[in-house]
Amino acid sequence: MAVYKKTYRPYEGVMTPAWSRLLVIPRYAFDDLRKSRFLSIFFSASFIYPLICALLIYVEHNASSLRILGAEQMSKFITINVSFFQALLGWQSMLALFLAAFVGPGRVSPDLSNGGLSLYLARPFSRVEYVAGKMLILVILLSLMTWIPGLLLFALQGYLEGWQWVADHSRIAVALFLSSWIWILLLSLLALALSAWVKWKPAAGALMFGLFFVAAGFGGAINIVQRTRWGHLMQIGSLVGTVWVYLFEGDNPTTTGALFFRITPGEEIPVWSCCVVLLILAALCLYMLARKIRGAEVVR
Amino acid sequence: MDPVIELDNLEVRFGNRVILNRLKAALTGRSIGLLGPNGAGKSTLINSLLGFHKPFSGTARVLGRDIRTHARQVRGLIGYMPENDAYIANMSGVHFVRMMAELSGLPPSQALERAHEAFFYVGLGEVRYRPLGTYSLGMKQSAKLAQAIAHGPKLLFLDEPTNGLDPPARIRMIQLIQEIRDRGDLHLILSSHLLRDVEECCDQVLILKDGNIAAFCNLEEERKANRRFLEIETRGGVDGSFLAAIEKLGCETAPGAQGRVKLVLPDGLEIRQLYEVAAGQSVQIRRLNHKRDSLEDIFLKAMESPNGGL
Repeated sequence: MAVYKKTYRPYEGVMTPAWSRLLVIPRYAFDDLRKSRFLSIFFSASFIYPLICALLIYVEHNASSLRILGAEQMSKFITINVSFFQALLGWQSMLALFLAAFVGPGRVSPDLSNGGLSLYLARPFSRVEYVAGKMLILVILLSLMTWIPGLLLFALQGYLEGWQWVADHSRIAVALFLSSWIWILLLSLLALALSAWVKWKPAAGALMFGLFFVAAGFGGAINIVQRTRWGHLMQIGSLVGTVWVYLFEGDNPTTTGALFFRITPGEEIPVWSCCVVLLILAALCLYMLARKIRGAEVVR
Repeated sequence: MDPVIELDNLEVRFGNRVILNRLKAALTGRSIGLLGPNGAGKSTLINSLLGFHKPFSGTARVLGRDIRTHARQVRGLIGYMPENDAYIANMSGVHFVRMMAELSGLPPSQALERAHEAFFYVGLGEVRYRPLGTYSLGMKQSAKLAQAIAHGPKLLFLDEPTNGLDPPARIRMIQLIQEIRDRGDLHLILSSHLLRDVEECCDQVLILKDGNIAAFCNLEEERKANRRFLEIETRGGVDGSFLAAIEKLGCETAPGAQGRVKLVLPDGLEIRQLYEVAAGQSVQIRRLNHKRDSLEDIFLKAMESPNGGL
């Protein structure tokens, strides 16, 4: 019917499957995010480091290209090992934090500030689906920045090095994948929880950085004043870094993590304690979301 | 007729506070009004039917589906226009309604077409590309109606749809609701504290008071049943003998100010007999109005009743 025929009519056409409605939220969100020039440039720039890594892997396996460049000795300085992939993950995860702090705070707050949330939840669409849909936005973006380029680089290295290398270093691929997901889920939950509670976007973004950097400083101060290492439990970077190092190298690590996720040698904390604190943090975020994501506000 | 909404001892509590107290009713009308003063529980009832509040005890069924066990299916049948602001400020109207229709299960192309139609239908065709945050209050109300009907629901919940509207906008909104009702494709629940809105749009009314059902009536039947409802204005007969005399005829009387008397006539009594009694008592009947028992009378009676019932 043409739109100018101004009458109401019931809908009797086909319906989309229930599971696919979850994808409506990220689709509309990406339409919106695409309009931001800053975000587009930042997101594109986040692939520079993986491209450099790809180039290094290629050069390391291609003696003729080194000869052309007159840098035959350079292959001695390029080592594709655990540290290489940890450094990639560390850098990309840092960028992911910036992206999450930029994109995350605008996910839930606009729905809450003008009551739009009740309209989402008045449909065959649950609170869990709403949160999952909102999380999916960050999960997709952050995946494209972390584990997807990581695994592509691993595949490239494996292709050039041979099957035996892949078999010997399969732990790196698993660690890349799991470490990225820990970081992605943590960032997504934090960003959404803060977005649900802090309606002013810049404040929510700043608070996200505060959680990482101010808490890290506070944890460091506790370590110094109390002469302990347990202050690291307040440093999300250290918590995640500890888990990463374990995932990459097991019980006998040769590295101390990468970039912001590095642990001071001698001040290591048990992996189980890091896992527990991360789980508590995730549970707290879920609780914060559960309190705010409701169809109707209850005034007791 | 199968009930549209069946309340089966529905009790809703917020903490220890009982908000809806064991409501039991079967609403069968095409357009049902939820009436009651502020805080009576109208919005809570709608929110409970939508699954926003879990019943403490009892349940309700919407078009035969239990809200406890089939909440998702129930919401799939409903279009909801909430009482308060409900929009995403930086989204254009048509974009917003399209997204909501897609969340209800319409494919993207269908959702887009129907979003445009809905916007034209509610009279916002020319502003549909403007961000919702820039809309006036009346336009926001219409946009809420557009998102509620875009996906073609079987049941429409309208919570205070004329809130904050100026008279022309209110008339337009009421006309839209009447038009939707008269098409007969869906059922309509209109919650309001404005008697006029409910009277103009609904054929059944559930009156709530303090979380209880104060009255439940079929407006059409009430109107028919009270055809023999009279209001007369008299002069003389101040001693009450006139009232006593007409009560002997079987009339129910309710004296008012300045000689006004409301009467319910028994079957078979003719108006002529009233004049005869008046002449016998030297009372003049200056004015006589056939008055139907309006929703206002029904509502006031329900509100006056201490235990919440007529």
